[in-house]
Amino acid sequence: MSLYAFIGALETGLAFGLVALGSYLTFRVLDFPDLTVEGSFPLGAAVAARLMVAGVDAWTAAAAAIVAGAIAGLATAFLNLKLRILHILASILTAIALYSINLRIMDRPNIGLLNVTTVYDYVEKLGVRSFYAPLVLLAVVVVICKLLVDWFLRTGYGLALRAAGANPRMARANGINVGRMIVVGLAIANGLTGLSGALFAMMLGAADVSMGIGVIVVALASVIGGTALMPSRSIAGQTLACVLGSILYRVAIALALSSGALGLTASDVNVVTAVLVAIALFAPGRRLPLPRLFRAAK
Amino acid sequence: MIRIAGVDLTFNKGTALESRALNGIDLTVPSGQFVTVIGSNGAGKSTLLNIIAGELAPDHGQVLVDGLDVTAWPVHRRSAVVARMFQDPRAGICETMSILENIAIACARTSPRKAGRAITPELRSLAVDRLAALGLGLERRLDDRVALLSGGQRQALCLVMATLGPTKVLLLDEHTAALDPGAADLVMRLTDQIVNASAITSIMVTHSMRQALEHGSRTIMLHQGRVVLDISGTERAGVTIEDLMQLFRRREGVDLADDQLLLT
Repeated sequence: MSLYAFIGALETGLAFGLVALGSYLTFRVLDFPDLTVEGSFPLGAAVAARLMVAGVDAWTAAAAAIVAGAIAGLATAFLNLKLRILHILASILTAIALYSINLRIMDRPNIGLLNVTTVYDYVEKLGVRSFYAPLVLLAVVVVICKLLVDWFLRTGYGLALRAAGANPRMARANGINVGRMIVVGLAIANGLTGLSGALFAMMLGAADVSMGIGVIVVALASVIGGTALMPSRSIAGQTLACVLGSILYRVAIALALSSGALGLTASDVNVVTAVLVAIALFAPGRRLPLPRLFRAAK
Repeated sequence: MIRIAGVDLTFNKGTALESRALNGIDLTVPSGQFVTVIGSNGAGKSTLLNIIAGELAPDHGQVLVDGLDVTAWPVHRRSAVVARMFQDPRAGICETMSILENIAIACARTSPRKAGRAITPELRSLAVDRLAALGLGLERRLDDRVALLSGGQRQALCLVMATLGPTKVLLLDEHTAALDPGAADLVMRLTDQIVNASAITSIMVTHSMRQALEHGSRTIMLHQGRVVLDISGTERAGVTIEDLMQLFRRREGVDLADDQLLLT
């Protein structure tokens, strides 16, 4: 694998690490299977791209992507809590609606960002070599987001959110408004996803309406794979595992594609991902042989 | 004080499965009283507790706690004045969290939820104080996950969590029924200890006649959603488990083959 491909895998892994953090919050912490990310990821990209093309600066555009993503999360929470639609179905409805909304936002299927100033250009101005600018910025953003999530989950409010997911009856008996926790959790998770979409589009040089397809499976591969490979009971350990899982996933895919021996092409990525997730789900947690190898190596 | 006024509740109304769970229940429990509730399966014991806790809404009637009408309050709001313990030792705690984190969650039931770090040195010392009073050594295991605790230890922890803050009402829903006899005795001893120390208004549902008479100062029996027996004071002091069983059989109209089960 070339350095170019390796750096590319790291960058993509970091960008999707934000989605993985969000999906960790919904799937693992809240026990709410949220597929909204399929729509909120391209939504973040669409909102940021449209704003940047209109002359808004890249940081503001990224912030707007966070807000847009959070609103998408709120829509799913509304469908689930107020209209009493099954959680997973509520999120699918939001995601499918967002496809049309994203087209409306962009006014066309894609927007090129090659001629606008992105957040990575600002980093270059700080003296970082152009080639490494996305890597440096993404690493900083992901570390900050991870630490914020860690901090949040240790606050009184964060504990309440964890209880709402782990034992809703106990949570209610202890004064926790479980519905409100779902609202907050989905907003944060999809805000992170919106930011991820914006940063990914800026890196790619384009926002595309179809860039959300399969995002949820990639995020799950990161969360499930990461926490299976690096089991931890602490929140900080688990969020780290999700981010590293996202990076490892991209590196593994890049390796698989670059080794001619397997005969895989770029179009095989989805089936490889699906197989990886299926294996990780089939052998959950500590029964997976790999973590044992990790422990034996200590 | 708890006041339940004219509470009716029918499950599956208008269907073939319609059943009247509570039938015009009127009950007043003065502040600081410890009431035990007995009755056969389906008599309405758990339904009554769920009505007080807010998990079920009555068709008619009111629930008042210290004069405050809480009938329309959702569970999470009502929990500020009503604490409860469940039968299942897994129901009252978050297994994947530490003892201290569970205590932090319970602490926020009666005081505002903190925006900052939940685990503070003050919380830690409060937890050590309260857990040490149990005499189970849990105060030395604050950072252990609750999943590592036995059923009895979990219920003891739940008891501490339920009575951590200033609570007006404590509901105990067969909270020792899932424990082995030794652990059940321990949890009952701790219950008496904590309830007596805090003089909290308590209602305990139990299947055990012995528990019903040995604990608290008043016993009521429910049958088909009504209060059919309400004894306290000297009258209650003169009642034996045998008397209660006689009454129980007469009410149920059957000779229960599993008396032994009920007498444990």
